Amino acid sequence: MTVDPASNTMRTHRAKRLGLPGVIHELIRNRVLYILVLPAALYTFIYGYITLPYMAIAFEKFNFRTGIFSQWVGMKNFQYFFKSTWAATVTRNTLILNFLFIVIVYASSIVLALLLNEIRAKRFLKVSQTVMLFPYFISWVVVSYMLQGLLNTSTGLLNRVIVGMGGAAVSFYSTPGYWYVILILLRVWKYIGWTSVIYLSVITGIDESLYEAAYIDGAGRLQSVRYITLPLLLPTASILTLMEIGRIFYGDFSMFYAVIRDNGSLMPVAEVIDTYVYRTFKLTGNPSLSMAVGMYQSLVGFALVFGSNTLANKLYPEGALF
Amino acid sequence: MRRRFTISQALTVAVVSLIAIFCLTPMLMVLMTSFATERAITVNGYTLWPAEWSGEAYRRMFNSVSKVPKAYWVTIRSTLAGTLAAVVMSYCAGYTLSCPQCKFRNGLALYFYITMIFSAGLVPWYMVNRALGLTDNIWALIVPSLMFSPFNMYLVRNFLRGVPDSLRESGLIDGAGEARIAFTIYLPLATPVLATITLFYAISYWNNYFNAVMLVNKADYYPLQMLLFNIQSELSMISNMMTGVSLTPPKESFKMATSIITIGPIILVYPFLQRYFIKGMVVGAVKG
Repeated sequence: MTVDPASNTMRTHRAKRLGLPGVIHELIRNRVLYILVLPAALYTFIYGYITLPYMAIAFEKFNFRTGIFSQWVGMKNFQYFFKSTWAATVTRNTLILNFLFIVIVYASSIVLALLLNEIRAKRFLKVSQTVMLFPYFISWVVVSYMLQGLLNTSTGLLNRVIVGMGGAAVSFYSTPGYWYVILILLRVWKYIGWTSVIYLSVITGIDESLYEAAYIDGAGRLQSVRYITLPLLLPTASILTLMEIGRIFYGDFSMFYAVIRDNGSLMPVAEVIDTYVYRTFKLTGNPSLSMAVGMYQSLVGFALVFGSNTLANKLYPEGALF
Repeated sequence: MRRRFTISQALTVAVVSLIAIFCLTPMLMVLMTSFATERAITVNGYTLWPAEWSGEAYRRMFNSVSKVPKAYWVTIRSTLAGTLAAVVMSYCAGYTLSCPQCKFRNGLALYFYITMIFSAGLVPWYMVNRALGLTDNIWALIVPSLMFSPFNMYLVRNFLRGVPDSLRESGLIDGAGEARIAFTIYLPLATPVLATITLFYAISYWNNYFNAVMLVNKADYYPLQMLLFNIQSELSMISNMMTGVSLTPPKESFKMATSIITIGPIILVYPFLQRYFIKGMVVGAVKG
């Protein structure tokens, strides 16, 4: 019998695709490696996978005694949510606010990174970076008190300045109209330093000889920024941003709940899906309704994350996280 | 050549300074107001320089009825224990995923990745924690949500992938086992990325109040952030009870002082780690 080379490669190919004995052999051979990954895998199994069956309670009338096997009510919880005005409100707020957060932080951080890159005084650079990075590390609870200190109607610094300049004090905490701007400024305040430091380190990684060549060819400072720095920075910056866009359906609970708390008059503009899920859960004591909203978030959120990650991998294969 | 751009250089410094002031001023206001007397705050509002100075808020924070020291201790314990567990778990998993001889590394990477892009949400999370008994105890602040992040594991993996494979081979030739290689050869090399994820984990533990909001009802287990979160309503309750008493306790300055105390350790630690964590972040997240 002659050995056909094609079937030979087929056989080696099959040997590579492990059967059950192969799996056991691999687990034994690299047992130390699998023991090392075990704690993380177990943790992920509990919080990432065991949680999944609980989603069924979105279709049930939940009862803590019967748990996951409570009475089946079909789509009733979803109907309740989508018939309420909250469905549109929280969807709109989450999408618009997150989109503005991402785009404005992205744009301002790129500008700041380019400016920082131009600075020759090393000491000034270091001090300003340290100062601008600082807000990133401060908790949203502290930030919420800081904001009160600025915006409080009678004692707030900002209102004192407004009054001092002859204006009338503004009652920020009962005027929803200001809050898109306030939240965006807060977001920029917290993240501009952090994001620009990451972008700056990308810029400093750019090959110096490119700039020398451009200088010899007579390019000015602005031209080298326009034709070297930006084109080399944008792929990395874009991929990080695209990843964030994917998470656009997830509001930052820690931010919104600390800053807005239970202030009903600001909810029309500042209630996002995450805080709404929480409030439904805590206040109505109805986990099923909350789960229905959560499932809406999980499914749409998944589609967006998956879409943006796929797109990111297509556009910038070398930057893929996974 | 550079001298031509002194005007633009000055302009750049000016703009950056403005942004730095924008970042610093609100926190400066918090710091200064924490040292103001309550009367000065009522009269002058929040300021960058108090008209009347007082350390009363800080003294009150550490008197015998204060809840701050206890909450501090809760936060310190959960942050230390949680960060240690989290860093060890992330390093071990990241190490395995970076090993070319691990045949299931791609399958495992997918296994972790799926949980990053699809989450069951708040309610199942709560149910699982309840089932595990993670309510009203210190473990509720340590285990849920914070103890392992696949993102940090990927940072470790990406960093370790940059280490030449010949190191492992020479270790094997010298007769070291896989565990020895992981902890005596690779671990010291991974210092920058470990510093980065240590900082990430420590900050998220320190700043977390979500776990307490969801899982802790007993004030005994309130971390600092939760105490601070509740301080507003608690203080207005106390001052309502004390109407008629001539000496009102400092309210605004107490809030600000607690805020300052809460961020204190971060200020102390972060300049040291800053250098490391930018480096680790860049190598881990932004490959080549």
